[in-house]
Amino acid sequence: MKVLKSTLAIVTAAAVLGVSGFAQAGATLDAVQKKGFVQCGVSDGLPGFSVPDATGKILGIDADVCRAVAAAIFGDATKVKFSQLNAKERFTALQSGEIDILSRNTTMTSSRDAGMGLKFPGFITYYDGVGFLVNNKLGVKSAKELDGATICIQAGTTTELNVSDYFRANNLKYTPITFDTSDESAKSLESGRCDVLTSDKSQLYAQRSKLASPKDYVVLPETISKEPLGPVVRNGDDEWLAIVRWVGYAMLNAEEAGITSKNVEEQAKSTKNPDVARLLGADGEYGKDLKVKKDWVVQIVKQVGNYGEVFERNLGKNTPLEIDRGLNALWTNGGIQYAPPVR
Amino acid sequence: MQNQIGAPKQKLSFSDPKVRAWLFQIITIVAVISLGWYLFDNTQTNLQHRGITSGFDFLERSAGFGIAQHLIDYTESDSYARVFVIGLLNTLLVTVIGVVLATLLGFIIGVARLSPNWMINKLATVYVEVFRNIPPLLQILFWYFAVFLTMPGPRNSHNFGDTFFVSSRGLNMPAALAADGFWPFMVSMVVAIVAIVLMARWANKRFEATGVPFHKFWVGLALLVVIPALCALIFGAPLRWEMPRLQGFNFVDGWVLIPELLALTLALTVYTAAFIAEIVRSGIMSVSHGQTEAARSLGLRPGPTLRKVIIPQALRVIIPPLTSQYLNLAKNSSLAAGIGYPEMVSLFAGTVLNQTGQAIEVIAITMSVYLAISISISLLMNWYNKRIALIER
Repeated sequence: MKVLKSTLAIVTAAAVLGVSGFAQAGATLDAVQKKGFVQCGVSDGLPGFSVPDATGKILGIDADVCRAVAAAIFGDATKVKFSQLNAKERFTALQSGEIDILSRNTTMTSSRDAGMGLKFPGFITYYDGVGFLVNNKLGVKSAKELDGATICIQAGTTTELNVSDYFRANNLKYTPITFDTSDESAKSLESGRCDVLTSDKSQLYAQRSKLASPKDYVVLPETISKEPLGPVVRNGDDEWLAIVRWVGYAMLNAEEAGITSKNVEEQAKSTKNPDVARLLGADGEYGKDLKVKKDWVVQIVKQVGNYGEVFERNLGKNTPLEIDRGLNALWTNGGIQYAPPVR
Repeated sequence: MQNQIGAPKQKLSFSDPKVRAWLFQIITIVAVISLGWYLFDNTQTNLQHRGITSGFDFLERSAGFGIAQHLIDYTESDSYARVFVIGLLNTLLVTVIGVVLATLLGFIIGVARLSPNWMINKLATVYVEVFRNIPPLLQILFWYFAVFLTMPGPRNSHNFGDTFFVSSRGLNMPAALAADGFWPFMVSMVVAIVAIVLMARWANKRFEATGVPFHKFWVGLALLVVIPALCALIFGAPLRWEMPRLQGFNFVDGWVLIPELLALTLALTVYTAAFIAEIVRSGIMSVSHGQTEAARSLGLRPGPTLRKVIIPQALRVIIPPLTSQYLNLAKNSSLAAGIGYPEMVSLFAGTVLNQTGQAIEVIAITMSVYLAISISISLLMNWYNKRIALIER
């Protein structure tokens, strides 16, 4: 039924594009405020990024980005509705206006940023790269030994292109088997249809944690591409783009300034640091310029957390994924997460 | 215009049904055209406004991704247009194999349902009731995940005489490659077919003139075997076989039928055959029993009675609904997206759509393809239906 659903979604989206009106600067924010919630496109189930828990609540870093946007606009992080989309459905859903933000482990590339009616605000939720997950039994130690392998990939992703580039560049042969959902790919790896499952490395850890016996599988050391994952918005609405961009940066700036969900209210009242005062709305009208709440950063950090808290809660050492901050550490800690200042 | 003014008033009156009829037709046409134009124009404006590239230039860009099964040569640097052709061929492959197999199986089951043998009769009934009542997508998923993917891996594959290997990677078999005797062999095949046609004509003429039957089938078979065999003896074998062998992760050399193709074809065949069986049964039952009795009283045995009396009459009832089943099979092949078989929907309306983001163009092309395939099948079957229609004298 998934197939039917996705085809239907694409056709409807195409039809909607045919009859809907113009996109205008500010239109998204107006529409969001009118309906009272942010419609957020997330994945169809990827642990750590966006996955429903037992009660149907969507958990993960991608979902939290949308919650932070809601907190900034409404002062209430719960005013988000989620649409679960597979890789093939995601862009049409955003183009057609079905969702307001696409926060679905989506790689930023030039062709997606221009020519598809989409824009990446530039805030990168997670710096990732494509890797390989293989069965221990194969005894493979490096991706260079994968000549002739059958590879399971999720359809409609940059991974499809990057794998092809890597094998061509290294003069290796492979057979790609592409599936609509990551669950189907994982099932095929377990049944032995493919030798290798390939995807962004963060996803591989997530996939492995879902397998029947995760210990039998190993992620190869190579990272063969750059996959900066971030939220996406529609082209032509700069105001909305700025909100999403600065909500992301605010979470990074909060972590850098040592503002956490526990101390944020106290800091907002008593801080002497001018940088923190500006960030938390005690000084200046930076929230008003963005057309969000005056105390937007306080709301984001209080209800969702700073970037580090969100990362640790969803992906970090105390989760089944056990992912290191690595590239995603702040620039002050040897990573590349660097946010321009709020002032 | 001048003389129209002088014409009787009634002619342009609204109460004239002819005038009304024309008026309504014109209004309808104008409404349809303006709605179409509105949709087209609005889409264009919206696309431009949101900065979405439109047009079909993307077809010439290089695709850059791999494809599991391609009937024509393909490398990642080939264009999206070639990917389109590959998807189309993969769809047609499933459709053609499915139609042929489903027809054969459907006829057998349909005749079996009318068998006086209790066992055969009931087995056929169970088959029909089980397979036509389960949704095709579930059947595809069943064959794929529960049957083919549970096969052992390539290193422990089921081995049939070191020639055929069945594993979770599909069915590996020897590849037939053209050898020295290939072209002489093809020529000898053509000679054999011409000889058979001539022989059949001669036999029919003699039968009509004298009433003496001729063993057309056996003589034809002999011609088909003897002429090419002689040729192969003289010029050498027409084909050489390349055996599949295990190397690294997988089999190399030889031909492989990927499990996605096997599962899809099998599921669609089994599903559609259940419907065809019922169509065949209804067709046969529509021929009155008097025909059978008449044939028997003329001394025809049961086999020829079925082939020469019942089936030709039954076909007139069978062909129209059979056409619908063929159309269904062609369209159901798009369910393959669920198991990753690279056909039109999964490859073109899936991967290509996503890599280019040009939803409208891609979906329009895909829809036209299914329309074209379906209309071709319809036309072909209608032509055949006309040919076998009862010619009343």
